[in-house]
Amino acid sequence: MDNKQALTETERHQKYWRANVKILSLLLTIWFVVSFGCSILFVKQLNQFQVAGFKVGFWFAQQGSMIIFVLLIVAYIILMNKLDKKYDVDEK
Amino acid sequence: MLDVQTWTYIIVGLTFTLYIGIAVWSRASSTKEFYVAGGGVSPLCNGLATAADWMSAASFISMAGLISFDGLDGARYLMGWTGGYVLLALLLAPYLRKFGKFTVPDFIGDRYYSNNARVVALFCAIFVSFTYVVGQMGGVGLVFSRFLGVSANTGIMIGMTIVFAYAMFGGMKGITYTQVAQYCVLIFAFMVPAIFISLLMTGNPIPLLGFGSELVDGSGYLLDRLDGLSEDLGFATYTDGSKSTIDMFFITAALMFGTAGLPHVIIRFFTVPSVKDARKSAFYALFFIVILYTAAPAVAAFARTNLITSVSNVAYVDLPDWFKAWENAGLIAWVDKNEDGKVQYLGKGRGGGKAITSSKAVAQIIEGKPARGKHGQILVTPDTINTANINELEVNRDIMVLANPEIAKLPNWIIALVAAGGLAAALSTAAGLLLVISTSISHDLLKRTLMPDISEKKELMFARISIFVAILLAGYSTTLNLGFVGQVVAFAFGLAASSFFPAILLGIFSKRMNREGAVAGMVVGIFFTASYIIYWKFVALPIDNNAANWFLGISPEGIGTVGMLINLAVSLLICRLTPAPPEAVQKIVSEIRIPRGAGEATHQ
Repeated sequence: MDNKQALTETERHQKYWRANVKILSLLLTIWFVVSFGCSILFVKQLNQFQVAGFKVGFWFAQQGSMIIFVLLIVAYIILMNKLDKKYDVDEK
Repeated sequence: MLDVQTWTYIIVGLTFTLYIGIAVWSRASSTKEFYVAGGGVSPLCNGLATAADWMSAASFISMAGLISFDGLDGARYLMGWTGGYVLLALLLAPYLRKFGKFTVPDFIGDRYYSNNARVVALFCAIFVSFTYVVGQMGGVGLVFSRFLGVSANTGIMIGMTIVFAYAMFGGMKGITYTQVAQYCVLIFAFMVPAIFISLLMTGNPIPLLGFGSELVDGSGYLLDRLDGLSEDLGFATYTDGSKSTIDMFFITAALMFGTAGLPHVIIRFFTVPSVKDARKSAFYALFFIVILYTAAPAVAAFARTNLITSVSNVAYVDLPDWFKAWENAGLIAWVDKNEDGKVQYLGKGRGGGKAITSSKAVAQIIEGKPARGKHGQILVTPDTINTANINELEVNRDIMVLANPEIAKLPNWIIALVAAGGLAAALSTAAGLLLVISTSISHDLLKRTLMPDISEKKELMFARISIFVAILLAGYSTTLNLGFVGQVVAFAFGLAASSFFPAILLGIFSKRMNREGAVAGMVVGIFFTASYIIYWKFVALPIDNNAANWFLGISPEGIGTVGMLINLAVSLLICRLTPAPPEAVQKIVSEIRIPRGAGEATHQ
């Protein structure tokens, strides 16, 4: 009986970790695209477009990326809190 | 109406009294309080403190100035100094908090079951933190010399005394709550002029919106106007920048990964009660940081526009007072190369370049006073005049934030507030750094390596002595004058990116990573990065220090990214060839990946 429970806990933890890494991969991909992608690698191409007073590439580089960074952390907190509860590893 | 200097004495005096008051209230009586503020700091307070700790003299004083001159390229600092927080929040903070120790060398030493690793880590921590703190004291000296009328060195000594007072008595506890106050001061000091100027120039009080708005004088969008002005004078178009893509990529990456590897930031996450709080705290920290960081590029664009329209082609005698004041401080220089009495401010596209050859204007001194030219301007020594181009104006970037309120003709108390804000930023960061140096010595070197039986009282005493010594050394090193405040700091990042970040990341995400791999990676990473930087900055001739000669076109500021990759590669390679970590250690790694069961930050 104990053995089965122990295995389940380890399995549960492993599943939790894999789900955790998946969330990280998704959020970090967005992080990369917004900062290195839009603001550095493709900034000249994006600068050909202008929205109000901002060239799009420039906006990502000097404003948009940072705002999105904050939102990414918010998303992380929400997703992880849900994940913690789902796998019963949350702090009581 | 009081003058700027009087206002500055008043406002700075008030803020200093506040800091000392908090220090007295939060005296640390145990090592737990000294190292991690007792472990009970709320995520909100921790976020505020982290933001203040983070935003140093570089963020407050230098960054807007650097963006002002670099245009689009300035984004390397904006993204570099914020993007790392995403890495911290997602990859490091929650797991390190669960690990529950006091310091970064603690983690390295325990995770890699090696006192050698601990010692390597603590020397890296001291090296990185020390490099960084020297830059801060430079900022303190700058603000004091301009606003309080004392020499930079006297300013540095005053700054050191204040930090000493609250850091020595309160340790992390004193530092944390002082930093909360300092955040309030610095954000107010930065935003008030930013809001005023945004309102004046675009009619929109919110700087990040004013940034994309039309100018009230009808000349169109701010950024379009600025692009136009830049091009007319032969400078790179503001929104296009001029750095190569590869260098922007590597510098931004070095700053981001370096952020996530800086000991004084990481330890902030040991002070909150739980893993959930560590994540929340990372959010708060970045949120409070981004408030300033979205206003800074707006301020930069306003400042640049104002500078150009105030001085370009204007006769020296007609220049506003702020110009003469900064000229007296040696931070603006005008050389009338074509003898027409007017200031020609030109970029490379119109025959311009650096107006003088020295980094700071060197005035000709006659009978103890600066020599004045035909129009009343301070004359620079003839051998520093760069006759290879026709640009006549040299402006030190560090002054753009400090001079901006004066340029926009804001009231004196606002200008004094900016000085207080700059000091708050520099001192808050300096304190955090000095604490890392101190804990590295008293906790990591003495308690956990050399003298394990040392009593808590003695450990605390050594912690206080080390802060004292570190402050003295930092102050002295600052007087040696090592370059733009912002750039000195950028080196510390390269070193953090190539040493700590990979070691900690692998420690959490790879159970197989062992001590041989980690130590090899750290040593090679930091050695490579430091050598490259030292070579290009101290050994090679300045004229050779350019993209044509760099490795793959990557500057010393960006080499940290390469160092990090080398660290990762070496670590993974060596790890394959050496034994796996003991079961007990692998178990620790499994445990830190699970939030439940996070205890209070422990001492042993």
